[in-house]
Amino acid sequence: MSGLGLHKKLEEHTGLLIFGILFVSSIGGLVQVLPSLFQESLQTATENTTVYSPLELMGRDIYVREGCSVCHSQQIRPLLAEVERYGPYSRAGEFVYDRPFLWGSKRTGPDLHRIGGKYSDEWHRLHMINPRDVVPRSIMPAYPWLAEREANGSGDIDKRLSALRKLGHPYSDEDIANAGAALEGKTELDAVVAYLQKLGTAYGHGDTP
Amino acid sequence: MVSEENTTTEYYHDRVVTTLVMCSIAWAVAAMAVGVYVAAELVWPSLDFGQPWLSFGRLRPLHTNGIVFGFGVSALMGTAFYSVQRTCHIPLFLPKLAWFTAIAWQLGVLLGGLSLLAGMNAGKEYAELEWPFDIAIAVVWVCFAIVFFGTIARRRIKPIYVSNWFYGGLIIVIAMLHIGNSLAIPVTLFKSYTLFAGAQDAILQWWYGHNAVGFLLTGGFLGMMYYFLPKQAERPIWSYRLSIVAFWAFTYSYIWAGPHHLHFNAIPDWVQSLGMVMSLILLAPSWATMINGIMTVSSAWEKLRTDPALKFIVLSLAFYGLATFEGPMMAIKSVNIVSHFTDWTIGHVHSGALGWNALITFGTFYFLVPRLVGKELHSVKLANIHFWLALAGTMLYVLAMWGAGVSQGLLWLSLDEIGELRYSFRDIMASMPPYYLLRLFAGLIFLGGTVLMAFNLFKTIAGAKTVQVRPPAVHGAGASL
Repeated sequence: MSGLGLHKKLEEHTGLLIFGILFVSSIGGLVQVLPSLFQESLQTATENTTVYSPLELMGRDIYVREGCSVCHSQQIRPLLAEVERYGPYSRAGEFVYDRPFLWGSKRTGPDLHRIGGKYSDEWHRLHMINPRDVVPRSIMPAYPWLAEREANGSGDIDKRLSALRKLGHPYSDEDIANAGAALEGKTELDAVVAYLQKLGTAYGHGDTP
Repeated sequence: MVSEENTTTEYYHDRVVTTLVMCSIAWAVAAMAVGVYVAAELVWPSLDFGQPWLSFGRLRPLHTNGIVFGFGVSALMGTAFYSVQRTCHIPLFLPKLAWFTAIAWQLGVLLGGLSLLAGMNAGKEYAELEWPFDIAIAVVWVCFAIVFFGTIARRRIKPIYVSNWFYGGLIIVIAMLHIGNSLAIPVTLFKSYTLFAGAQDAILQWWYGHNAVGFLLTGGFLGMMYYFLPKQAERPIWSYRLSIVAFWAFTYSYIWAGPHHLHFNAIPDWVQSLGMVMSLILLAPSWATMINGIMTVSSAWEKLRTDPALKFIVLSLAFYGLATFEGPMMAIKSVNIVSHFTDWTIGHVHSGALGWNALITFGTFYFLVPRLVGKELHSVKLANIHFWLALAGTMLYVLAMWGAGVSQGLLWLSLDEIGELRYSFRDIMASMPPYYLLRLFAGLIFLGGTVLMAFNLFKTIAGAKTVQVRPPAVHGAGASL
């Protein structure tokens, strides 16, 4: 059998075997993943999508640090029940400033993509400090320490903006120079609330899905 | 192949294997204990005592990383080092580098775990560790590759045995995925931003995430199966041809299936549909391998009565078959509407991770440890008790998560006759405690079994030294592997 003959070669030469595995396993990525990484429409912002302000960006990084995306998705599927529950379904162009993406894989808590503007800042504050004060049966962890920490405690917000500018986020020199001042006197909790209030607002609640 | 006389005083390097096995057992106990703890937090949220490092969002990545990279990879490295020497009739290439690989990996998992507790989280599932760890992982992985492929290159048997194809696939493909998915711009030592954003980052992440499952938790452990199942059953593998076809079909088709994690998400439709079709195709090579394994034992069923190691391995193949059937089903878009974002996914992962990965590793360790130290297993009875605890724990876990997941999926989508949502998210969430309690109980049972095994195997190892084994003197095709 010629098939077995070919395989005899592969399984008797270490180099050929390595090459064979590398070749066969990369086809899928080359055909299916690589084109997406260059697809213009996936990296074009929708009309109202803007970069995160320094405070919102810090809030987002804290959201990542605390692993919020383990329990909260940020991806509304184009299904009637989801659009009714959460709002207009998610568009790729709304996420172009999201590094990393935070779509999540599990909803232990509700989706948060359109959470911005749905609750007051004060509600979020109470909810983050102790979720059970406002949602009695909630199983979300409490985050009291966020209220006690300075938003720019790490002192590197300008570096964060500069790094993102290198990746194409339109921050000006002025934005970067003033970033530290924008976080002056703010806590980590303020930052997270600012981020949550920004989420999904590029697509207004009044718009049709 | 010409036989050559074995006149040297060389021995297989098995002490590094013993060390890796012991580390793997320790990680299993620790990471499963963390799993039980986070399961308890989902019932009693105040169990984090207001401490950042005990918070669910930080412990959950610790649990997954501890299981996959601590327990799983240590077991794979150990068994790869053990079997590659025996299938090549030659001691490990660069044994010092093998030791470096083993120890550096343990250090990486330990420090990586601490960094997760401290909140250093890159935010991508199963790739949470920040960029300094990503670089360290890549370096250690290259060392692993040098030792493994170096040993194969110097082998004294002409054909490369099938277990080594799978271990080789693990090493090569995980390297490719890890490097691709970790591309990022560092900000500080503790923080980086991904090179790709939003939808593109999502596609890249699930190319990695799905295939980390594919080539590590599936392929790597199939390598373990292809060596240790025939050894334990004392039968040759049932079909050599089937193993060839299944290996290449598996390696080719797994890579395409990642986008089924993004059904109905904001990525191109053709990518989702292709992911779904390839997921269904993947059922064929997955089951071909399962059939090959089961048929290998088919003339040795009577051993199941007396041999706990073989019992674990055969049961793990059954769960492998179940999980690799369930996966493609969940990848069908209309099923995925219900299952996505629910605890069903968690149940599916655990039917694979507990039922397949953990059970085959336990069986392999029960086989391996007595041979490594040249002693009988401390207690066969305890191993048998462990078997039933592991089976009960896995079944209860999966049932609890099916119940929770299918409820969530259907209730979230439920609309009344005028098209309004029938249930609030809060009410649906409030109906979860019974399922979550059952899951906690199941996890405790499974953890209890693992602790029994740890005790049993450490008792077996205690006071004993790793026996020194020489490669066989004859290296012909007829020589035993």
